[in-house]
Amino acid sequence: MKQRAWIYISIVLVLALLMPACGPADDPEDDVLKAAFIYISPPGDLGWTYEHDRGRLFLEAQLGDQVQTTFIENIGEGPDASRVMRQYAQEGYDLVFATSFGYMDHMYEVAQEFPDVFFEHCSGFKTRDNMATYFGRMYQPRYLSGLVAGSMTENNHIGYVAAFPIPEVVRGINAFTLGVRKANPDAQVYVVWTSTWYDPVVEREAAVALLDGGADIIAQHQDTTEPQKAAQERGMLSIGYNSDMRGFVGDTVLTGPVWNWGVYYTDVAQDVLNDTWTSSQYWGSMTDGIVDLADFSPKVPQDVRDLVAAERALIVNGEWDVFCGPITDQAGNLAVAEGECMSDGDMLGIQFFVEGVVGNIQD
Amino acid sequence: MRRIVFEKRESMSRRASTLVPIISLLASLLLGGLLLAISGANPFVTYYEMFRGAFGTWNRFTETLVKAIPLMLTGLSVAIAFKMRFWNIGAEGQLTLGGVAAAGVALFWAQSLPGWTLLPLALLAGCVAGALWAGIPAVLKAYLSVDETLTTLMLNYVAILYSEHLYYVAWRAPGYNSGTATFTEAAWLPRITGRVHAGIYLAIILAVVLWFVFKRTRWGFELQIIGENPTAARYLGINIAQNVVLAILLSGAISGLAGATEVLGLARRLQQGLSVGYGYTAIIVAWMAQLNPLAIIGVAILMASLLVGGDQIQMRMGLPAAMGLVLQGLILIPMLAGMIFMEYRLRIIDPHTTGMEVEA
Repeated sequence: MKQRAWIYISIVLVLALLMPACGPADDPEDDVLKAAFIYISPPGDLGWTYEHDRGRLFLEAQLGDQVQTTFIENIGEGPDASRVMRQYAQEGYDLVFATSFGYMDHMYEVAQEFPDVFFEHCSGFKTRDNMATYFGRMYQPRYLSGLVAGSMTENNHIGYVAAFPIPEVVRGINAFTLGVRKANPDAQVYVVWTSTWYDPVVEREAAVALLDGGADIIAQHQDTTEPQKAAQERGMLSIGYNSDMRGFVGDTVLTGPVWNWGVYYTDVAQDVLNDTWTSSQYWGSMTDGIVDLADFSPKVPQDVRDLVAAERALIVNGEWDVFCGPITDQAGNLAVAEGECMSDGDMLGIQFFVEGVVGNIQD
Repeated sequence: MRRIVFEKRESMSRRASTLVPIISLLASLLLGGLLLAISGANPFVTYYEMFRGAFGTWNRFTETLVKAIPLMLTGLSVAIAFKMRFWNIGAEGQLTLGGVAAAGVALFWAQSLPGWTLLPLALLAGCVAGALWAGIPAVLKAYLSVDETLTTLMLNYVAILYSEHLYYVAWRAPGYNSGTATFTEAAWLPRITGRVHAGIYLAIILAVVLWFVFKRTRWGFELQIIGENPTAARYLGINIAQNVVLAILLSGAISGLAGATEVLGLARRLQQGLSVGYGYTAIIVAWMAQLNPLAIIGVAILMASLLVGGDQIQMRMGLPAAMGLVLQGLILIPMLAGMIFMEYRLRIIDPHTTGMEVEA
């Protein structure tokens, strides 16, 4: 009878309920720093998460036996993220890194529940005594990559596959476009929103749409190499992002802004080991090395390399930064006057496009 | 030549209906174990870690219950439809729209309504939205004989894409890449322990009510007849079209309630992670529970423990996330295979010795 199945299931469940009493305690390894990483995509994305995981492995290599790391991949930004953070905290992890913007509120909530665990959130803006944020001034190498794209486009039509209309992405598009226009005042950057960080199919479709629209170079703010592959299949050039995508796709990837998380991860772990960790909002620059421009493809001519090197020196030496005026917005109004530079706060909250971008932030 | 044929059973085997879910579960554990072994993980250790991940401590058990609530509600929803052989694959979309409607009330009526009415109205809005969304395929099926499998499935995509439009664009809170603002506290569904919210009470009450309706009421009996023998139902003077629509409205309302409780009790805002496949897992839950509302409560907890314990496949065993998904998918295959044996039996026919039949 049907009822009988139910009885069996009930017995199993009752047994299951009794289990908490006899489960073994979690193994304590107090002398070793246990660090957990929560990823939104698998390291096999060859982009965003790939770089974070490279950072994790760098941390392991640097600190050896002092540290033990683990990661969990494919965790959405919904309520599941909160559960995973709690589990790590309860399992005795000392340090939890969450590497997607949408984890912010979950981490903010969980950090309050576990005051003895250190939480590090990538790219957000909420902190606690035991929760810090970290990010890099990706706009700097993005500007440099824009110089390359602007110099090398043949029809002045550049496509940009972008995830979400939030300040981080808008800032990147602006920096890239400022670079493009510096090298080539006639070029325009066409933006397509995907509403996803990680979706290989959607990322590719967006790139294909831009190529169909006439773009001859594709840049991107996504997690995977798909936009680069789509461009290559059409015989077009591209600018990578996150990792040195030229290694995965080929020389059609001219260069690209890249992350180097490893040094930061090692510093944070070292701080926790030394009991010197404090909550902060780290926004590292190209001078720190957390962001940089990937090596050039052989397709990039020497005069373009020289241009990039000159601009790079200005930024690294602190003589100039990307969001220093004069900057004109999309509507043609002066947004930043000559001799002025945007503050960090203004850059972090930027919500307008600069001249040369074709697209709409409220799309 | 011997032939093996399937033959429809004259009556549902008692033994089979008890044993099939259990044997199916064991078979899927065995298949999963083989897969784990091939991937270089010790299946016993993995299952033990999964079990501990879901039930090992009180906190973990509460997280399992958190996952079980939407599975219970959508499981009940699907079971009502399946009783009538109405293949409602649309619980996911009904859940999503239920969440959207509840979020809409919580976000936009908070100013104009007295605080205490906000939560009940938001829950009600979720039910209504789910019911209406299920009502479309129900009416199409009842009056125009449009196949409901397709319509319910397709409407899921409409609902999910619409909800994405809302939390990525139209209702997005400033400064966020996705998600609405957090609701005012008056709209929060109270939490009982950990993150377990009052939705669990609603699920259990509904399960008992539905069990009673199916067992003891005329309407429940009519629904059963419609499912098992529509011709007989017609002879008995049962209004099939009207009953189908009514029952599917109820089914949709319960899925909508699942979405509303997820949004109001767990996330407290509309955001990514509302549609994570509960409506599809519900189909497995309903089948494993043999459409028995009380059994659905238990089976939902079992399925939730697989989802929560599945984290351990990554956290402890270091296997990729995809392995967890494969293990969950493996549950369904023996289950569906097993269903065949409840309605059919195997017969080996040997033409040389006609009449001699071996039953399996």
